[in-house]
Amino acid sequence: MREDLDREGGWQRLHPLSPLTRIGRLAPVVVLSFVLTFAHANGQQGPLYYPIGVTVASVTFGLIHWMVTRWKIEGDTLRIETGLLRRDSKRLPLGRIQAVDIVRPLLARVLGVSELRIRLAGSGSSDGRLAYLSESTALELRQRLLQKPVPPAPQAVEAGDWRASVAVGSGDAAQPTIAADSIVAPGPEHVMASVPTGRLVGSFALSGVTLFLIGIALGLLVLAIVAPKTAAAVVGFLAVYLFSFVSGVWRRLSNEFRFEAVEAPEGVRVRRGLLQTVSETIPYGRIQAVRKIEPLLWRPLGWCRLEVDIAGAGRKGQRGEGSGVARKALLPVGSAQDAWHLVDRLMGATLPTMTPPPHRALKKAPLSYHFLSAGHDNDHAVCVTGRVRKVTTWVPLEKTQSIRKVQGAVQRRLGLATVHVDAAGRATRAEFRDRTEAEADQLVEELSDLSRAAREHRAKPPAERSPNIGAPIPAGWYADPSGRHEKRYWREDTWTEHVSDKGDTAVDVL
Amino acid sequence: MTASAEQAWSHPSPTLWRLRQTELALVTIVIAVVVGLIFDATLGAAASIVSVLVAITAGALSSWFVRNRFRAWRYQERHEDLIVGRGVMIRRLSVVPYGRMQFVEVTAGPMERLFKLSTVKLHTAAAASDARIPGLEPEESARLRDRLTELGESMAAGM
Repeated sequence: MREDLDREGGWQRLHPLSPLTRIGRLAPVVVLSFVLTFAHANGQQGPLYYPIGVTVASVTFGLIHWMVTRWKIEGDTLRIETGLLRRDSKRLPLGRIQAVDIVRPLLARVLGVSELRIRLAGSGSSDGRLAYLSESTALELRQRLLQKPVPPAPQAVEAGDWRASVAVGSGDAAQPTIAADSIVAPGPEHVMASVPTGRLVGSFALSGVTLFLIGIALGLLVLAIVAPKTAAAVVGFLAVYLFSFVSGVWRRLSNEFRFEAVEAPEGVRVRRGLLQTVSETIPYGRIQAVRKIEPLLWRPLGWCRLEVDIAGAGRKGQRGEGSGVARKALLPVGSAQDAWHLVDRLMGATLPTMTPPPHRALKKAPLSYHFLSAGHDNDHAVCVTGRVRKVTTWVPLEKTQSIRKVQGAVQRRLGLATVHVDAAGRATRAEFRDRTEAEADQLVEELSDLSRAAREHRAKPPAERSPNIGAPIPAGWYADPSGRHEKRYWREDTWTEHVSDKGDTAVDVL
Repeated sequence: MTASAEQAWSHPSPTLWRLRQTELALVTIVIAVVVGLIFDATLGAAASIVSVLVAITAGALSSWFVRNRFRAWRYQERHEDLIVGRGVMIRRLSVVPYGRMQFVEVTAGPMERLFKLSTVKLHTAAAASDARIPGLEPEESARLRDRLTELGESMAAGM
């Protein structure tokens, strides 16, 4: 196991503890069979055939799997061979790897091993899985897999880029003064955002489902006073739903517990998990779309949720168009500043000039009109939609799959049209909703020209132009040197025009 | 855009209109017969004749709508992308870059085969991309398929 990853012709095996760790997957079955045996024997210790049988079968299967599985890196491909009866040989070209996740279930954490999941662009069956590897091998292999084939040469920011217009005055802007303890270890990894447990629990409490539950509880209370017998029956009926609700909340909590987004050389690394820890890496330039969601109940607190769509295998069983996209939480619940920072690092842009649709769109969309706005710069289309939930969608023009103009009957009467910028996936798009007809026509032309240009210049995704790692002061929010605002965003050795006060973000040129 | 916008729109073959007319006529006849029989059995011959006339009028009126829908179909092959427009009530215009194409699908249903027509569909990674051109003559659909495949390969942009 300790050999160099690149050793020629060196097939490597999984970690010898893998068969044992695989029992963890069957833990529910084993527990259930114990319980059933116990119940069957009327509370007495009955024969343990089933649980022992299940465990033995699982270990045997694991052992066979371990014996027949081997992997190696061969030039630019990772090869994984497995299967006893049906031999399965996979070649994963490194260039097509979209994301690499390290997953460590509870048992694996105890035994010190990790599972490596490799996501490729394309269909679901092409996913690679190595369960399990020793922790150091997993980390080493992940780094190897995510390395760029050709290291990108540092490139100057293009002229005409909006950032160029931000260049602050003479360029001798003061560096942010940072107290030594305000930055967490400016080493290779810089924590961009983390979610305190309190906020995570608060975000569940402030979800629509909770309101629904409270409503039901109140209804039951009234019913219990009026007709206690009916209430008991209804409670019994609802218990099933309550159980599924609780298990859903538990799953989310255990998945998103101690959530941390960290800036790594290859991309943004997300770490999370209570019992099973997951470490996902979202490489720069592989993102199809970013969505910021601000539900009604979170808005007073300034919280939002960030999701990214990345190319790769979707869930199993999802076939056909749009199946090759996975949606991941980039930030389960965070402040506007955190979201801003993450979007800036991932997309290399935040908000272009946003414009609302014409006032007559109010007639067509009375509820959502106050949110509707959209804008684009040379690299991204950004749209805000939603009635109760405010959703901001970023689609990199480089990743645009198609552009559509749709005009319904009501819209035509009002002289409006909607322009969709489709990204890969089932329902991933930025909608320039209810724009004037002339603007819509212009947008279709402009966006298709811009996305063509963006595709031609795809060699340098924005975030890679300016690797933040090793910079003396990492990009982020720091005290505003002008004193006009609470904080100001620092990036690439300059102050930007983006400021923030009490969690809100705004623009103010220094 | 100036140069490419001057290029004229192409339309599906006029046979598509004949196909749609036939479909509509068949549906109208079936509805008229069913409605006529039902009313004949329940309310008598007079009601039956009136209902058949209503059904035929409805068919004739929707023929106007179908005609407009047929006319709304249009497509244009530009240097870098394919544009497809359609719809009367809801007007849609899709711009699909060749480089984003994943595969081209040519289908022909039983009715379409009867009229020797086929539908060409351009698939991308986005489920919403809606580039479908129905009612193409065999030569045109073969030409379009080959051209799109060729352009898609030469401009492939991947994910």
